[in-house]
Amino acid sequence: MTTTSQDVERTRQRSHVNQARLISRVSRVRESGLLIALIFIIIVVGIQAPRFLSVDNFVQILLSVAILAIVAVGETLVVLTRNVDLSVGSMVGFTAFVTAYFFKELPGINLLLGILLGCALGLILGIVNGLIVSFGRVPAIVATLGTLYAYRGLVFITAANTTSQVNASDVPAGYLALATTQILGIPALILIAAIIAIIVGYFLRSSHAGRQLYAIGSNPDAANVIGIRKERLVFGAFAASGLLCGLAGVLWGARYATVDATNATGLELQVIAAVVVGGVNIFGGSGTILGAVLGAIVLGTVENALNILNISQFWLQALYGAAIIGAVVLDALITRWLQRTILARRKKA
Amino acid sequence: MKRLRSLLFTWETLLVLLLLIGCVIGSILSPYFLSGFNLEYALPSNIMEIAIMALPMTMIIIAGEIDLSVASVLGLASVTLGFLWERGNPMWLAIGAALLVGVVAGYLNGLLVTKLALPSLVVTIGTLALYRGLAYVILGDQAVSNFPTAFTNLGFGTIPGTQFPWSVLIFATLVIIFAVILHFSRLGRQLYAMGNNKEAARFSGINVNRIKLILFVLSGGIAALAGIIFTSRFSSARPDNAVGFELDVVTVVLLGGVNIFGGRGSLLGVILAIFILGVLQNALSLVNISGDIQSLAIGLLLIFSVLGPNIARNIQAVIARRRFAVGSSKQA
Repeated sequence: MTTTSQDVERTRQRSHVNQARLISRVSRVRESGLLIALIFIIIVVGIQAPRFLSVDNFVQILLSVAILAIVAVGETLVVLTRNVDLSVGSMVGFTAFVTAYFFKELPGINLLLGILLGCALGLILGIVNGLIVSFGRVPAIVATLGTLYAYRGLVFITAANTTSQVNASDVPAGYLALATTQILGIPALILIAAIIAIIVGYFLRSSHAGRQLYAIGSNPDAANVIGIRKERLVFGAFAASGLLCGLAGVLWGARYATVDATNATGLELQVIAAVVVGGVNIFGGSGTILGAVLGAIVLGTVENALNILNISQFWLQALYGAAIIGAVVLDALITRWLQRTILARRKKA
Repeated sequence: MKRLRSLLFTWETLLVLLLLIGCVIGSILSPYFLSGFNLEYALPSNIMEIAIMALPMTMIIIAGEIDLSVASVLGLASVTLGFLWERGNPMWLAIGAALLVGVVAGYLNGLLVTKLALPSLVVTIGTLALYRGLAYVILGDQAVSNFPTAFTNLGFGTIPGTQFPWSVLIFATLVIIFAVILHFSRLGRQLYAMGNNKEAARFSGINVNRIKLILFVLSGGIAALAGIIFTSRFSSARPDNAVGFELDVVTVVLLGGVNIFGGRGSLLGVILAIFILGVLQNALSLVNISGDIQSLAIGLLLIFSVLGPNIARNIQAVIARRRFAVGSSKQA
């Protein structure tokens, strides 16, 4: 009697292990699929236009992706918890404008102070988002749709009261150098993005709070039951997203040098596209930083390819939209297939 | 007495109050606010596209979904209209094609939401980018503006004998239709049932997916209609027409007291909210505050229309608890 029930228990455990293995294998397949798609794009475009394949061009792609990737890392934290942050473009726009203006007014100031200012501003905006969502219990979509326009309005008010545009000649060379310096031959911008991705990736993979973010996204109620402090963690995710947008804004100002009140408008669509193309499930609970960064690289590569193939840039936005839809549809189909497979296995067991 | 108090504290009463306050502030800010031309023509014509799109949005949100792509459908329809007219097609064909584009766009939204069981939020963020992108693909950075007078009169002209623009008549007709459907028909009750509990609605025999599909098609078609009105009002078809209008549409619906999670809300509240938004935009424009800064006010309005009731409920709960505590200590 006991042996049979133990047997049943053992098979059940084994099937659970199998399930977990299946799910992790699928997510690995999702990322390597992305990599294969990337290589495919590179080969196809490379045949059409050989100059696409130069090292210099790849560095250009990574440079243009770096800022997007930093923002996408923050967005991933939020999306994992089954929320969304639509205000990222406005947060980047605000911090880029204020930081550039700060350097224009105080050209002699310590570089680090300006960077900290930008990050702090981003953090504050993110905290406001987090407060509204987790403690005000306003759905993230409504809250961040509101702040998307509210923060953008702030940029316009700031611009109306200061200067309509900060030009490259207005800011100290040290600030602009942030985007052009190389460390060991690697552009600093790429290095910063990589370091952030690695740190946050490690945090998500191995830290207590990181795992809890996944738990909240896969089942908010269950997370609550096992004593995860959902509000705090969701708040933290929004605050982190704001902080990373702040940093991205500082870098944006340095890279594009000329900033006005409309800078980074519509960035949220690129960021969400990168995140979902990268396999971060929009329902929350699954996805990795590596995936999100790969997603950003794929989008950046496609953008660059359009440029090189002389295809109108007007296709870009439609492409982002199609990428979002395509990725979400693909994920839905994979999930459906997975559920069916697991169910079939369970029946067999 | 109790009834009076409950009447005083309904959301709609609050909205009427807000509207009156807005009008008073508007008339203080600018002497032109209360002029007949402003109240009958400028204010309504500026808000009518948003008002029209808010009607199907009300139904969609009551049914527990959302459509963020409306402004992009408006833009795509407008561009379709302009593109076909510029290529020498008759106006009726261009208008028909624009409406068809809206219906197809809505149908695609609905298919993705129903067939693949995807959340409408994500689907319509994707199509928000997609449809706007297609508008750019069709017209690039060009604009079509040589429309026939008969068409632009629809936007510029007024109903004979009044100063109201024609769009007010379209809106009024639609309001009656939508009010009847939402509040006096079986379909209307089914929408509320879906919003309250989708599973229960399905088990009680409501064809949830079919209704959702109809709602998204309706939303797309109406957004295209708004696109036609917008094009005739500005006599211009541009790919960036009405960028960001989804904010205004969602704001008026939620400010109107429709629950973001579905199941609750009335058309009356939404109509009041439309007027509040109209007064707000109009007053800010009269004192020369730019549209970009107006968005700040509207964004905050959106957040507070959900945050406000949440906070009020929390305060009520605290008061009730305190009262309960006082009551029980008295008994002891």
